[in-house]
This record gives sequence, C-alpha cells and structure tokens, in this order.
Amino acid sequence: MITKDQIVRWLEKTAAVLQENKSYLTDLDSAIGDADHGTNMDRGFRKVMEKLPTVSDKDIGNILKTVGMTLISSVGGASGPLYGTFFMRSGMAMASKEELSDEDLFKLLQAGVEGVLQRGRPNLEDKTMYDAWAPTLEAMQNALTAGMGTVELMETAVAACEQGMKNTIPLQARKGRASYLGERSIGHQDPGATSSYLMLNALLETVKE
Amino acid sequence: MKKLINDVENVVREQLEGMALAHPELKVNYDPYFVVRADAPVEGKVALVSGGGSGHEPMHGGFVGMGMLDGACPGEVFTSPTPDQMYECAKAVDSGAGVLFLVKNYTGDVLNFETAAELAYAEGIKVQSILIDDDAAVKDSLYTAGRRGVGTTVIVEKIVGAAAEAGYDLDQCADLARKVNMYGRSIGIALTSCIVPAAGKPTFDLGDGEFEFGIGIHGEPGRKRLPMTSVDEITAMMATAVLDDEAYSRTVREWDNEEGSWVEKELTDEPFKSGDSVIAFVNSMGGTPVSELYAVYRKLAAECEARGVTIARNLIGPYITSLEMQGCSLTLVKTDDEILKFWDAAVNTPGLRWGV
Repeated sequence: MITKDQIVRWLEKTAAVLQENKSYLTDLDSAIGDADHGTNMDRGFRKVMEKLPTVSDKDIGNILKTVGMTLISSVGGASGPLYGTFFMRSGMAMASKEELSDEDLFKLLQAGVEGVLQRGRPNLEDKTMYDAWAPTLEAMQNALTAGMGTVELMETAVAACEQGMKNTIPLQARKGRASYLGERSIGHQDPGATSSYLMLNALLETVKE
Repeated sequence: MKKLINDVENVVREQLEGMALAHPELKVNYDPYFVVRADAPVEGKVALVSGGGSGHEPMHGGFVGMGMLDGACPGEVFTSPTPDQMYECAKAVDSGAGVLFLVKNYTGDVLNFETAAELAYAEGIKVQSILIDDDAAVKDSLYTAGRRGVGTTVIVEKIVGAAAEAGYDLDQCADLARKVNMYGRSIGIALTSCIVPAAGKPTFDLGDGEFEFGIGIHGEPGRKRLPMTSVDEITAMMATAVLDDEAYSRTVREWDNEEGSWVEKELTDEPFKSGDSVIAFVNSMGGTPVSELYAVYRKLAAECEARGVTIARNLIGPYITSLEMQGCSLTLVKTDDEILKFWDAAVNTPGLRWGV
C-alpha cells in the first residue's frame, strides 16, 4: 500500500535528486542535445515544490495532475510536454484515490508512459526515455504476477529501468535534436532516460523508508 | 563573454520591455510571455500565431503587425516557449475566425505547440497547426526528427499573414501555409559560433580556417565542416544544396477540428526545375554584414540563372538570426500568382514593412 504522504515524499525526493544531478543531466545533454535538460528539469520541479503545499490535501490524482500542469508550463523544450503529459495522464488514471495498491502503482506509471507515447511517438531503441520505461513496465507486470511485495516490486522496476537507461548508450538517436548527430550520438547515455531513472529510483527510496 | 546585458536571468524580459516601449502598436504580455498586435483580436480575421526560442530576432516578435503575425510567443534563448504561453496568446488574438499556429520543426516546439492546440481546442477555439520544415541540410526524415524549420518561416508568415488580411478562412490559410512550406528550401552556414547568455561560452568550436556547412539556427551540427573558402565557392555549394535537392517526403501531424484529434499527412516537396520562378531570401545569422549578403546574392543570382530559375522577388538582411553568429542562410521559395500577390501586399511590422 502506498499512501498519499508517500506520493508527496516521492515528488519531494524527485525534486531533490534532480537538483543534485542538474549538472550531470546538463552534461549528458550537451554531448548530444542542447545542454539544458538539467536546468529545465530543476526549474520545473522547483515550481512543483512551490505548488505542492496548495494541493497536498487533495487526492492523489489531483496532486499528480497539478504536477503535470506545472511541468508543462515551466520546463519548456521537449521534456516539458513529455513529463507534463506523463503526470497529467497518471493523475487522470489515479483520479480520486487517497491511497494506492501495488497494482495501482503499476497503472499510474503505465498511464504516464502511454501519455509519453502519444505525445512523442517514440519507437523502442530511438534512444529516448521510452527505452527506460518499456522494460520497467514489463518487469513490473511480471513482478505483480509473481506476487512480489511493494519494495521488491519497485526494486525489480528500478533494476530494469537502469538497464534500459544504460542500453541507450550504444544506440543511434532517431528522435529529438540528438537525431541530427547521426552516428555521432552513439556512445552517449540519453539524458531523458537518465532523468526517468532518477525519478523512478526516488520512488523506490520512498517505499523503502 | 561581452554582451549588452544586465542579469543573464532577465535577458528575455528586458528585451521585451524595450520592444514594448519602442512599439506602442504592439502589446507585450509578461505572465506568460507573448507579443500581440495592440488591435487584436481583429474582427473576422483568422489569427496567426508563431513562437520559438528567443535569439532569432526580429523573428518572431518583430513580425507581429498588420499583414503578418497576430501574436508571437518567445521562449528563453534557444528554448521552446511553453503551451500556456501559446494558449493564452491564442485566446488573446482569436476573433472567432480561428487561430493558425505556424510551428518550426524542432521537437520541443512541436510538442509544446501540439499540447497548446489541444488546450485551445478544448476551450472552443478553432485551431490549425502547420509545420515549417525546410532545412535541406537534413537529408533523411526516417532516422531523424526531420528537416528543421528555418528561413521559409519568414516567407510563410509574410504570405499567409497577407492572405488572412485579405479574408482567407482558417482552412485556406492552413492550405496556403502548407503549400508555401512545401515550395521552400533553405541551407545555412556558420563562420563562427554564437554565445548563449546563460551558457557564457560558444556553443561549438569552429577554427579560424573552417566553416560549418548545413547548420541550423541554434548551432546544431551541420552536414560537414570544411576549410574556409571564397564567397563564390560557399554560395555555389549552398545554391546546389537547395536548387539540386531531390524530392523530400515525410509524415506530418495536423489538427482536425471536426474530430478533435491529430491526423497524419504524407507530404512530398518536389525539386526545383527550369522555368520556376522563386523568392530568393539571403539572410544573415546576426554577425554577417549586409554587404557580404549582397556578395552572396550576386553568386546566387548566377546559379539560379544557370539552372533556368527566375528570381521574381528577393529579401536580403538579418531576419532569422542566431544571436551574433557570423554566417548566412539562403532560402528559395517557388512562387505562383497567389504567392506573389500576397508577398507584394502591404505589411507593417517592426521587422518587415512595405506598401504602407
């Protein structure tokens, strides 16, 4: 069971970890993009932290939708609408919920990833955040079928996500600004897959507490 | 870094404040950022809205006014604006005749404008969205995000702006914008990099003896890096890249107001051929003087003539820039009677003005 307080803590942890990794994400982005991913994500989640107190008494769906709207209006670039849509859709899937089952947690992430798919239309191995999310969802589905508990479920998810993130290194980008580099994009880890991993790992740390 | 700025954080805002003071015929909104005609919404007229990162001035804010854009949404320097800006701007300029978004093909701009189109539609605004993707430096649409939107953007904004003034409805404006984009091709080169204020250092390194061929407008990598040579040789390469470019096909997404959803369209740009009449646009990236642009135009005219292509109109100067970058771009847009009529029509904006 995941409580509303845990969801709020997850968002706080995400904001903190994105701030800590601001330069790291920007460095990854300067290799194959336009060197603003860390700055943009940090700016977005700082805004989320300002907004969070105004909705923390609302249900989980409402909180996540507010996160989505805030990211859409403050991040810019491609990651703004992608992460914004992720949280909008996950919020819609969790409408009026005050606590989540493990199954709900899976559905939350699944709805978010479906939003990313509709907005960005990535294919597997395009070297995007989807390369981190697709194996995550698959691993979670299997873990749920196997009847794992919340912590074990999230550990499995994060391990798959990390592997997916690392698997972007040898890929040639076919989406976004990195795609114009052609073969020169090979050998670099995708910044969006990396921020997705950081976000998911923050969720694991929250449920472990 | 030497720049005429105060605090790096306030660059865009202070530049907008200056623009508002200099141009009372425009209205600048600060939360969120957008620039509109002071007389917007114009009764019965389709409204044109564009936007993109700052740093390309006069595009887009400088093209707001009679006969061109109704609204422009500036992002941070070289960063896409956000959907709330586009949506609020659309609300401010919509007369009920609908809003046409003109979107340069960059992943950030596309995703943010798509989100804004959905928001505007949900609010009951009739909206259309046309992608500008004319950069012939990008050969392939299957393994990249497709051709970037560069010089043709200025031409589309001028022509469709005039058509909207003349009473074209939303679908007619969208059809014309799509046509002009498909008739246009561009190529850019850089002699130097530029410095984004927040970064404080050049976006890329380019040696004294080299230039980058096929560059985008944000210092994206070009097709290749070559030893520096004469304006004639560089212009000949650029002209070849545009005039001899083969057919280009890609799938674009456009908004369907009836269905309330995105539809995919397969579009193919046909190559230029002998007998074509074109608008020739030689543009400075910011740091190249107009005198050098004329040297480019001199050779370009010869290259066009050699292929039987007639230059019907020209535009020469800094209109879509990359901060202080030295370099230029060349755009050719095939014309017909409809396009020429609207090109010649009156326009009154800070960046482009004739016939008034």
